Amino acid sequence: MSKRLDQAFLGLIASVFCGSLAMQAQTTLTIATVNNEDMVVMQRLSAEFERQHPDIKLDWVVLEENILRQKTTTDAATHGGQYDVVTIGPLEAPIWGRRGWLLPLEGRLAPAYGIDDLLKPIRDAASDRGHLYALPFYAESSLTYYRKDLFVAAGLQMPAQPTYQDILRFAKALHDPAKGTYGVCLRGKPGWGENMAFISTMANTFGGRWFDEAWKPQLDSPEWHNALSTYIDLLQKYGPPGSSSNGFNESLTLFENGRCGMWIDATVAAGTLSNPKQSLVANTVGFAPAPEAITPRGAQWLWFWGLGVPSATRHPEAAAAFVQWATSREYIRLIADRYGWAAVPPGTRRSTYEQPQYLASAPFAGLVYRSILAADPLKPTLKPVPYTGIQCIVLPAFPTIGNQVGQVIAAVLVGNIAVDEGLHKAQAATERVVKRMGVER
Amino acid sequence: MLLLWSVLPLIVTLWFSLRRYNLMNPSRTGFDGLGNYRYLLSDPGLGLAVWNTVLLLGSVLVITISLGTLIAILLDQEFYGRGFARVLMLAPFFVMPTVSALLWKNMMMHPDNGFLAFLMRSVGLQPIDWFAVAPLTSIIIIVSWEWLPFAVLTLLTAIQSLDAERKEAARMDGAGPIAMFRYIVWPHLGRAVAATTMIETIFILGIFAEIYVTSSGGPGFASTNLSFLIYRYVLMEYDIGGAAVAGLLAIVLANVLAFFLLRSFARNLDT
Amino acid sequence: MITPSTSRKLLLTLLGWSVALVIAFPVIWMVLTSLKSETEAISRVPHLFTHVSLNNYVAVQEQAKYLRFAWNSVVVSFGSTLLALLLGIPAAYAMAFMPTRRTRGTLLWMLSTKMMPSVGVLVPVYLLFRDTGLLDTRTGLLLVDALGILPVVIWMLYTFFKEVPREVLEAGRMDGAGPLREVYNLLLPLSMPGIVSTSLLAVILTWNEAFWSLTLTTSRAAPLTAFIASFSSPEGLFYAKLSAASTMAIAPILVLGWASQKQLVRGLTFGAVK
Repeated sequence: MSKRLDQAFLGLIASVFCGSLAMQAQTTLTIATVNNEDMVVMQRLSAEFERQHPDIKLDWVVLEENILRQKTTTDAATHGGQYDVVTIGPLEAPIWGRRGWLLPLEGRLAPAYGIDDLLKPIRDAASDRGHLYALPFYAESSLTYYRKDLFVAAGLQMPAQPTYQDILRFAKALHDPAKGTYGVCLRGKPGWGENMAFISTMANTFGGRWFDEAWKPQLDSPEWHNALSTYIDLLQKYGPPGSSSNGFNESLTLFENGRCGMWIDATVAAGTLSNPKQSLVANTVGFAPAPEAITPRGAQWLWFWGLGVPSATRHPEAAAAFVQWATSREYIRLIADRYGWAAVPPGTRRSTYEQPQYLASAPFAGLVYRSILAADPLKPTLKPVPYTGIQCIVLPAFPTIGNQVGQVIAAVLVGNIAVDEGLHKAQAATERVVKRMGVER
Repeated sequence: MLLLWSVLPLIVTLWFSLRRYNLMNPSRTGFDGLGNYRYLLSDPGLGLAVWNTVLLLGSVLVITISLGTLIAILLDQEFYGRGFARVLMLAPFFVMPTVSALLWKNMMMHPDNGFLAFLMRSVGLQPIDWFAVAPLTSIIIIVSWEWLPFAVLTLLTAIQSLDAERKEAARMDGAGPIAMFRYIVWPHLGRAVAATTMIETIFILGIFAEIYVTSSGGPGFASTNLSFLIYRYVLMEYDIGGAAVAGLLAIVLANVLAFFLLRSFARNLDT
Repeated sequence: MITPSTSRKLLLTLLGWSVALVIAFPVIWMVLTSLKSETEAISRVPHLFTHVSLNNYVAVQEQAKYLRFAWNSVVVSFGSTLLALLLGIPAAYAMAFMPTRRTRGTLLWMLSTKMMPSVGVLVPVYLLFRDTGLLDTRTGLLLVDALGILPVVIWMLYTFFKEVPREVLEAGRMDGAGPLREVYNLLLPLSMPGIVSTSLLAVILTWNEAFWSLTLTTSRAAPLTAFIASFSSPEGLFYAKLSAASTMAIAPILVLGWASQKQLVRGLTFGAVK
């Protein structure tokens, strides 16, 4: 009996082998990307690329950010070769690049690509030891969004460069839960890319740092105490209900529907908020730089989504052609022609910000541009640090540290533990992870 | 071969549990002795995770089986449109875990625009911020909702197989509804309860998607169970060695639970 | 005229329907949400039937090829159920009719390994799949899902087979039936309701299996669980589109489940009927 079963089983496996040996003549690129609007538009334009490259066909894997990251990381680390192009951020590009999981791209670029047109902070964040491992598709920093109508009604004035003291004062004045308006919305959902992205910038501008030069964690320092106390104050007293599960999306939804007086978050929200089709506050939203406390260093973050080519790909040329196309000036022009200048992927090229039509259709563009240029991932904090990266430290252990600290801070936010107890726990957790995973990049 | 399939993962897990292995640090590999064990045992969330696993399982079992019995008895009665009502009640069982978690988180329990918040506001109450105030309870609610139909199904099958004659005879003897249930129906359900417990235990011990989607195990570790802890180790921290130790712990816990649960049902399952 | 028995029936109807509606409400709400616009979907005060439209379904279909995902789900869930039955029937037969001292222990041990979260063996399985070319193939996913559901299938079949009186099988053996004939001619027909409900349960559970189907597939073999992951939590509003995608993802299994609920109920006896 079991012999027959074994035979059937082997037969099944054999048939799989034969199936996978049948090769295709045309090159098919498998592209893994995030399900954000700009990428969905890119997917919609694949026919355009396929027309220019008749021998290349594009196959898309569009997934939610976290699941995408898990799948591409597993595949890159095991050299699975499932993807020819992956969508990655400032944490993956340099780390994966150093491990040889990605192909360096600087040598594969056509002269017309214009590598010098890419904004320097973004290029720095996508590079390791002089090699460029991802071409930026869009990039962002952070801004303060506020409601001009509510400010006028309350007799307040947003300064050209707000401080966290200002924010605290404004939040108090604007907070009116009976009418469904909350003083300030901020990220509270735990995760290195969620609440910790924001809290890291707060810690930076309050003069704090994740590690000192000898890689000793600094979370129980007075700077972190001040930053975290302010954060907790803001959200516990003047924030919306359910803050501990609000990430970027949830906050965007709240602000769009007029529930927040202020919101400090990614610059990509500016476009959505000004679009009257989606946003109830399109005419009343105001823009200001991210707040500062004692130093401008690291007060605003820097993030990009870029396209990289895994070294396990079987089609490096075709993949390189695609990543160049999708991040080129021509692509930006194509989007502008099809969907208007307001829809172009922002934050990657100087030439975009030299387009008068773009500046005219996106009133916040200048501020976004200045914020990105002001962010320096190579020198993120007031005091010296052994790492690079503003809100996400370029360190393999950082997601682990960020997630654990993020959870502790969420517990402080919902009132389960006090600020100092939370910071002690965060410090202990960070020490424990560093001891296990090391600090090699 | 079957035995091999059930033993092989265990051997692989044992092997990894003794090695230093993180996907992100391919250069740091090698034999690590009990390093992984020490690391896991020092995890501040571990104790709570074990407790949450047991609590989640116990609560869901109690809720689904008690509510399931009541609903099964209700469905055993004659009423108009019973077939369609039964069809409606089955719906949650066919919904994928990720979908039901997203559904509950965003459309039911959301403190601002969720339906429950709307209900509470319309009667003048302050909406509950479910995943901040009662994260584990919220997850218990979601998982119970998913598994309730299964319990109803098995219990209803059992009730319907009960002889109409025996019920009639008992009623003739003057047994009230409660006595009926206590002495006739409940003893008859023993086996269905055991089977439901068994199947639910298998799947509920391994639950992580509902937690991942809604609370990501927090705030703090308030809603982390063992399964999600392992998920976090593997797919958020890429720590294969640490995960292997947690996996072994999960097997031990499963066997301890299986031992206690099945002991009490042994008679029912065995004949 | 309303007699006491009809008023009792009316009361039960009311009660039965309210319970059913409460239980099914989240699903109904999801379907309603899928017909709204994104801004209506997040409104604090629920809108009902204001601008009903199928726009979300159109948008979802434009972005992802639903039929490819659905077909993969069908192939994988039915295929793995079939495979699990092929492997499970002989095993359960052996355990039920040729028990040894260790049978019960083996059964329990098998079930308890199923309780170990599968994510624990992700990396070895991924490496194995990479080296055998099984990554992103329906066959690969089908194999893993079949082996995953196998302990449950064996255990359920075992409880059903135990109900078949041994005398019937022994009578068959007297007539000279070999073990294969014995299983095929006598055992299977006798325990058919049990086998049918086991299969239905296995199909439902593998259809909803989300871990392996998300990690071992990329595009060609990706089933509906991956389809859903394309619509959850992008930047911006997504409840209505997600509801539409979710409705599409659960519709086939919901229809199958509802159509077959009689069979499902008839077989879930776990040997309680003598």
